[in-house]
Amino acid sequence: MTVETKLPYDKEYIDQFSKERNEPEWMLELRLQALEQADALELPKPDKTKIGKWNFSQFKHTATGAAIQSLKELPNELQEFLDQENAPENLLIQRNHSVAYNTLSKELKDKGVIFTDIFTALQKHDDLVKRYYMKDAVSIDEHRLTALHAALMNGGVFVYVPKNVEVEVPLQTIFWQEDPEVALFNHVLVVADEGSSLTYVENYFSHNEKEATVANVVTEVIAQDNAKISFGAVDNFAHGTTAYNNRRGVAYRDATVDWALGQMNDGNTVSENITHLVGENSLSNAKTVSVGRGDQTQNFTAKIVHFGKNSEGYILQHGVMKDKSTSIFNGIGKIEHGASKANAEQESRVLMLSEKARGDANPILLIDEDDVTAGHAASVGRVDPIQLYYLMSRGITQEEAERLIIHGFLAPVVNQLPIEAVKNQLTQVIERKVY
Amino acid sequence: MAGSTLEIKNLHVSIEDKEILKGVDLTIKGGEFHAVMGPNGTGKSTLASAIMGHPKYEITEGSVLLDGEDVLEMEVDERARAGLFLAMQYPSEISGVTTSDFLRSSINARRGEGNEISLMNFIKEMDSALDYLDIDKNMAQRYLNEGFSGGEKKRNEILQLLLLKPEIAILDEIDSGLDIDALKIVSKGINRLRDENFGCLIITHYQRLLNYITPDKVHVMMQGRVVKSGGPELAKRLEAEGYEWIKEELGIEDETVEQKA
Ligand SMILES: Nc1ncnc2c1ncn2[C@@H]1O[C@H](COP(=O)(O)OP(=O)(O)OP(=O)(O)O)[C@@H](O)[C@H]1O
Ligand SMILES: [Mg+2]
Repeated sequence: MTVETKLPYDKEYIDQFSKERNEPEWMLELRLQALEQADALELPKPDKTKIGKWNFSQFKHTATGAAIQSLKELPNELQEFLDQENAPENLLIQRNHSVAYNTLSKELKDKGVIFTDIFTALQKHDDLVKRYYMKDAVSIDEHRLTALHAALMNGGVFVYVPKNVEVEVPLQTIFWQEDPEVALFNHVLVVADEGSSLTYVENYFSHNEKEATVANVVTEVIAQDNAKISFGAVDNFAHGTTAYNNRRGVAYRDATVDWALGQMNDGNTVSENITHLVGENSLSNAKTVSVGRGDQTQNFTAKIVHFGKNSEGYILQHGVMKDKSTSIFNGIGKIEHGASKANAEQESRVLMLSEKARGDANPILLIDEDDVTAGHAASVGRVDPIQLYYLMSRGITQEEAERLIIHGFLAPVVNQLPIEAVKNQLTQVIERKVY
Repeated sequence: MAGSTLEIKNLHVSIEDKEILKGVDLTIKGGEFHAVMGPNGTGKSTLASAIMGHPKYEITEGSVLLDGEDVLEMEVDERARAGLFLAMQYPSEISGVTTSDFLRSSINARRGEGNEISLMNFIKEMDSALDYLDIDKNMAQRYLNEGFSGGEKKRNEILQLLLLKPEIAILDEIDSGLDIDALKIVSKGINRLRDENFGCLIITHYQRLLNYITPDKVHVMMQGRVVKSGGPELAKRLEAEGYEWIKEELGIEDETVEQKA
């Protein structure tokens, strides 16, 4: 197989794409600039994973999806994401690149909360989007994939919570890549203004076992002073999708950005979750679980950068590797000069289920300040035979005992997911991936 | 015949090529309580672990039969489903698995597919056992043995014993680390099972447990063998006089498994 490196999408295409969507002028300019930069920029270089031959260019750029009137129309696999008892009040379903369904409670609307697809946001909340879009968190020119993302962005969501508004009911998005060849250049922008709080949960889902395509997702999560964002996600792209998933948080003074991420893609994946603790007393708990299976190669980075004094960052990564899968887990705690009294802690644990799987945990602490605390723990191991023995000595079969141990191993992150249905769905995905 | 019979014949066990059990013979029948005593490092836990199928212990000779069935041919889980139970000296901690989920899986494993206990009945049985053993109900929702105190772990083993109702149980130092009240409660739990269908092998260092649970027979292990057997009075004498007299009587200088007899 030869890998096309030249994109079939040019200036004219993007110009037309943007005009068809009535995008503001600045957005078109941003796209065109990004396209120009993309060629000159290199692919990112995730530690110990070579992605030079991965498919980042073979895909179909657009596809629409029909709206649904009722959630009952969704296929069963998607029903699983939803609370069956109480239809979610705040839900957005993106089907390919169309909005199939979008609700937001009247109460939240009245308080000025915005929860809408990115194209509508560009029309209706142009200023807000412009202020944050690829500015504070992710830059366009970080590498070729961020530039391509900016140039080809074709879906996503904008969430904004005004000052001092506390959103108690979670907002939930489902990104449903129904067309097996369509690419998701998805941009999720979540902004919590001063003193506000919210919980946001998203699911990515596709069926393309064989068809090759790309997901190039950039997520920017901004917590202004004293705001609190709890962000949950289950990524579940099928084997054919090459995924680049960049989730980045910025926490200002006294702000919190917490993550609970189920990284369950079946294809090759580079996933980076980085949080910048910019403000004093800012806080982040970044928890991730991952399962590798088949022949997939994955590279996960969980990184917290401390700029603010007294900032606290806690990373917890748990991964399970089976079959011939390969995964690298980078845990990076970085404390910048001036971030005195910062605390950077991290823990990475990898459980190997097969002889042929490969897993690697790289704990890294980069510290440029004296008055700080930091720690790391990392391990790569197999299911403990003594634990198995203990469970089996009560009559539990080996298979069931392993199942219990694996779910237990992943529980600290799974339990963190704020929507019960998503928690259960992640448990089921884990079940499917592990067995 | 009531209950099951566990027959241990000429059992030799090695760990990492070092022979630890050097020919143990012991038969436990339904309705009988046996105590196994002996100084540290004489092979008591090795005996218990080998019977249950601990992965580190290698059986080099002899046999273990449960009602005539070859236990050594069975996987660990099959042994449990056949009716064996071992309360371990050092139970494992299993992070992320709640005690209650584990108990339910264990009960269902014994009951078999299609015959699972209903959630309601499970909760009823568990709650009543927790009450009986005076265990804080929160324990059921805590991760299995994780962060449990020594005494809590032991009570948890007895909780499992009560819920699983095995035919033959081996209790390895179930009394170690228990305060006086807990010792009474744990003994009460064990005695509750005492009937003609239940056989028990109790490994202990102390007579105080046997004050609550009177054994039918007492065995002393040294050098990886049962060197002396008797009735309850044997345990009392050991409590009063220690092991020296047995060593003298049998001409043993070093009682551990290191020495050849
Ligand atoms: N996993 C192991 N690795 C190496 N040696 C072992 C292991 N388990 C047991 N042994 C050795 O086997 C011998 C018998 O140990 P065992 O645990 O059976 O003694 P015990 O009679 O139960 O002692 P205690 O009363 O202290 O519990 C000891 O010398 C011990 O060091
Ligand atoms: Mg012992």
